[in-house]
Amino acid sequence: MNQRPLSPYLGVYKFMYTMSLSIMHRITGLAAAVGFLALVWWLMALATGPDAYARAMQRLGTPLAKLLLIGFTFSFAYHFCNGTRHLVWDTGRGLERAQARRSGAAVIVAALLFTALTVWLGCRAMAVSP
Amino acid sequence: MSLRTPLGRVLGKGSAGDGVGHWWVQRVTAVALLPLTAWFAISLLGKQLQSYEAMRGWLAQPWVAVFAALLVVTIAWHSKLGVQVVVEDYVHGKGNKTALLLFSTFVHVVAAAAGLFAILRLSLS
Repeated sequence: MNQRPLSPYLGVYKFMYTMSLSIMHRITGLAAAVGFLALVWWLMALATGPDAYARAMQRLGTPLAKLLLIGFTFSFAYHFCNGTRHLVWDTGRGLERAQARRSGAAVIVAALLFTALTVWLGCRAMAVSP
Repeated sequence: MSLRTPLGRVLGKGSAGDGVGHWWVQRVTAVALLPLTAWFAISLLGKQLQSYEAMRGWLAQPWVAVFAALLVVTIAWHSKLGVQVVVEDYVHGKGNKTALLLFSTFVHVVAAAAGLFAILRLSLS
């Protein structure tokens, strides 16, 4: 039984960095889903009234919440950029190995830049020091 | 000779029973989310997030409310489809898989309903 051939799975392929980009798309997608729940929670606080909103913003100001918000921001930015990459692939373009590696690097750079910009602007908007 | 029935060929739904519907809706919602999320993220960056009045005043504007509502529904839909794929790929066992898929669907529906309700309350009251 154990000698039967297995269908090819992750273990049989040589590791390429584009593979980690691919699994990152799923991980950031799941993280963005949790971020969406946080967005709904924030909207509900806003709809409840000024006191509830003030309490929600206070909670969002704690170090753990800030860390989570930075994580959600990066996840959204990465999933946005890499999702665009997937949509371009769906049209049949950019599938050559060199192109896919270049676009992968561009996705990482763009996601990090957006996260840094958001953290900087977010800190200013929330009127707290970075 | 094909072993597929004429009806199966006409319906074009394949062995999984739902054809390319899932894949296609995932793409349609993805395309819709590009402008929606970009608009929402960029708008938020310029706002005074600490001010209840400012945030409420912004979200209560008719067009802002309409697009925020579309954003909430489209994210919930896209997210539901995405989480479904991850669960189907990595969670084994019919019981576990079905339970998690049900849970994910309910959470997404509740989130969409709550988000919509919040936006309607902000803009209509």
